[in-house]
Amino acid sequence: MNEKVDLTLTVNGQRHAIRVEPRKTLVDAIRDDCGQTGTHAGCEHGVCGACTILLDGEPVRSCLMFAIQCEGRDIRTVEGLANGNELHPLQQSFIDHHALQCGFCTPGFLMLAAGVLRKRPDIGDEELIDLLSSNLCRCTGYANIIKAVKAVRDGLAQA
Amino acid sequence: MAERGIIGKSLPRLEDPPLVTGRGRFAADINFPHQLHMRIVRSAMAHARIVSIDAEAARALPGVVAVWTAADIPDASPVDFREGPNEKLAPYRQHVLAREAVRYVGDPVAAVFAESAYVAEDAADLVAVEYEELPVVLAADAPPGEFSPGRSTEATLVRQDYGDIDAAFAAAHLVVELDLSVGRHTGVPMETRGAIGRYDAARDVLELHGAAKVPHKNRDSLGRMLGRDVTGIHLYESHVGGGFGVRGELYPEDILVLMAAMRLGRPVKWIEDRREHLMATNHSRQQRHRIRAAVDAEGRLLAIDNEFFHDQGAYIRTHGTRVADSTCGLLPGPYRLPVYRARGHFRLTNKTPAATYRSPSRYETNFVRERVMDEIGRRLGLSPVDVRRRNFLAKEEMPFARPLAALGENVVYDSGDYALLLDKALAAFRWDEVQADMARRRAAGEMVGAALAVFVEKSGLGPTDGARVIVDTTGAVEVVTGGASVGQGFETVVAQVCAETLGVDYDRIRVTHGRTDRIEYGLGAHASRATVMTANATAAAAARVRAKALDVAAEMMQAPIEALDIVAGRVVRTDIESGPSVALGEIARNLAPSAKLRNGREPGLSSDGWFDTEHQTYPYGVQMAVVKVDPETGGVAVERMLVGYDIGRAINPMLVHGQIAGGFAQGLGGALYEEFRYSETGDPLSVTFADYLIPTASEVPEVEILLTEDAPSPCNPLGIKGAGESGIAAVGAVIASAVDEAIGIPGAITELPITPQRLKRILAGIRRPLAAE
Ligand code: FES
Ligand code: FES
Repeated sequence: MNEKVDLTLTVNGQRHAIRVEPRKTLVDAIRDDCGQTGTHAGCEHGVCGACTILLDGEPVRSCLMFAIQCEGRDIRTVEGLANGNELHPLQQSFIDHHALQCGFCTPGFLMLAAGVLRKRPDIGDEELIDLLSSNLCRCTGYANIIKAVKAVRDGLAQA
Repeated sequence: MAERGIIGKSLPRLEDPPLVTGRGRFAADINFPHQLHMRIVRSAMAHARIVSIDAEAARALPGVVAVWTAADIPDASPVDFREGPNEKLAPYRQHVLAREAVRYVGDPVAAVFAESAYVAEDAADLVAVEYEELPVVLAADAPPGEFSPGRSTEATLVRQDYGDIDAAFAAAHLVVELDLSVGRHTGVPMETRGAIGRYDAARDVLELHGAAKVPHKNRDSLGRMLGRDVTGIHLYESHVGGGFGVRGELYPEDILVLMAAMRLGRPVKWIEDRREHLMATNHSRQQRHRIRAAVDAEGRLLAIDNEFFHDQGAYIRTHGTRVADSTCGLLPGPYRLPVYRARGHFRLTNKTPAATYRSPSRYETNFVRERVMDEIGRRLGLSPVDVRRRNFLAKEEMPFARPLAALGENVVYDSGDYALLLDKALAAFRWDEVQADMARRRAAGEMVGAALAVFVEKSGLGPTDGARVIVDTTGAVEVVTGGASVGQGFETVVAQVCAETLGVDYDRIRVTHGRTDRIEYGLGAHASRATVMTANATAAAAARVRAKALDVAAEMMQAPIEALDIVAGRVVRTDIESGPSVALGEIARNLAPSAKLRNGREPGLSSDGWFDTEHQTYPYGVQMAVVKVDPETGGVAVERMLVGYDIGRAINPMLVHGQIAGGFAQGLGGALYEEFRYSETGDPLSVTFADYLIPTASEVPEVEILLTEDAPSPCNPLGIKGAGESGIAAVGAVIASAVDEAIGIPGAITELPITPQRLKRILAGIRRPLAAE
């Protein structure tokens, strides 16, 4: 059961050949075995959303998945959001709107919002807040996070 | 100091770029080669004698390096009080691993050290502990039991008073009596705790990584507890995923990773999981108050007599009795109070130990005191505004000394114009219109209500803080502080103060904090003191560096000092346009130890600066809310929320707004949702985010913020007061009052949080006491 298995994870387009126990969660594999510590674990039971990543374009909670389920799939984490030195519009908007304080929840919110806006660039306010309420932040009181995401949505609508 | 307009500007944070790109370094992100992972075996019983511990199976598991029980570390000191020894309270301290008995579910019983975190967890499951159950005490207002043979669970009675209480009550026109309770909840940062111990034998230095809040004070405590020279211990703070009072205190796990790092000769990493966090990290708030107020016919307070029960949980942790002490000292808030008596039963229970959480003792006492003010107003037919106005301390009475103490200092309100702030807030909220609107909507059958609460905060706990400003030869500036950052924007604030004072761009400034190896002293970040103390120390250091730079530049430029200024990192002449200029980096080069131009000046373009203060500052505020109650579900929705707050002077208003909005969300959690509940046998029922409900984006409205600067603090040159606790301070108070209004039952809310179950019971006309669920 605890025999390690070989697998390859593709994180932000980079292939990582790793050797992990079948029970290793995706978040632990991304962090410990692929060395990408931008994805955080805040609860490890699927409630806080700090571990949100994009799996084949869909926001998922990486604490609820096993690494072996993700071989061959496209894993995107916060480290892959920026284009070189150019920040992703959501990253810039989070800075501009003071949408982070401690920053622990931020990668999860960024990936959640990136996933949502990619599929629904014209999502309405109410639905957006509803979706954002699936992640927890203990510092900001959310208003600035909502504003930051809305601003990017509105920018997309104009573009 | 030149007015450059950097202080007071909402500049973007220096902290953000690494945090939005996934390059932050939180405790779990720290790794050392060859490290071990620690897992704690925790008590499953609320109170029991340990009969035996069998760790053989765990030790035999491949990958396990050691399993410790108390017997393996007989020399370990219990977790000490931050402010030093206290003989009376010492027996109530927590051992790093339980000795004869366990006293709450979650009490550390054994520690497993293994090659991986997964193996450590497997092994912990194999440690078999045999217990013999003991009776549990779960309520602080129940009769005290035995903490240990012959020792009461009432560790002490805290008391503060002044004036003749009996005479005051005998002369009263009216006596109001209330029985009020605040539930058990706490900070719950999104990052759980983490600690990595590392012993560098080559240098004989013991390192604790993942430190926060008060690294220097913790270093002193660790020195005492481990019997080491403090110069041989260093603490390192990196990113901290929220502090809120709970993170950064010393806990058993911190001591264990350090002892293990030394004894096992390998770095030891411990990362708390969320379930552990909710049963092991400090809880807070739980108190029951039986309060009486004597008033005259006009509704003026004559006296308050308060007896309260403080639920400390299983042990007394690093803070000692601090929360209960300041509960006594700060309860009177913004009001004139001729006579006062407070008695607090400081009692241990078989629950997680409690300590400070953002706005400690104020969240509780604001609820209690403001409930009393509402009741006085109602009984005498005064509006909530009038009853408060009538009792406010006047601006002319400042500075105002009350014969009480809090946080080891006498309570002296430094400045304030409470009535003015209330007027401004009423206007901003459009209070009269809101009241009319509430009446209309209630007449139409809606359960809506508006209310207000007033509070006094405290910040800038002294007495002294230092900072060091260093300009390197490229002109980059480093500010080394003894402060700490728990995610509040500390670096940006300090950089803004340094930038303005020195005359450089704020983004050329690097702010170092939370590292005992960089500066000898530091007070850390607690009690909203980081901004006040460190900012003023930074201003002092930057001013000295500025003077030194100008002195050298005058010689280099052959110009009188008065004709020089520093702008964007260059010394320029103010008397001639586009004249010559000298970069600060060049001045730094000329101050190198071997530089010719140095001419006996102290080497280096750098200086220490110190700031001393005798008193904390007392910022103050008003909160107003409109709520709507759903009678079907018992749910409460906050439609509007206003926080009016006098900050003295805001260094970065955007950050202050952020602090207020975030604090409000936490306050709302404590008012409506968050509560640690226990079964009759002391089993914790709130150990996941599915049972311990923190507010989400759907529940938290945007806060309207009215920031005033009417009463700069006379206690420090920058005139600033802290902001960390203003958003949370009176949320319990104002929401309770608004819910009363909404349901039309004055004084109905006597207990926080106002859960749907409790509210439905109230609406059904059934009132039951706390913890009866
Ligand atoms: S860590 Fe995955 S949802 Fe909290
Ligand atoms: S910014 Fe700290 S948890 Fe969201």
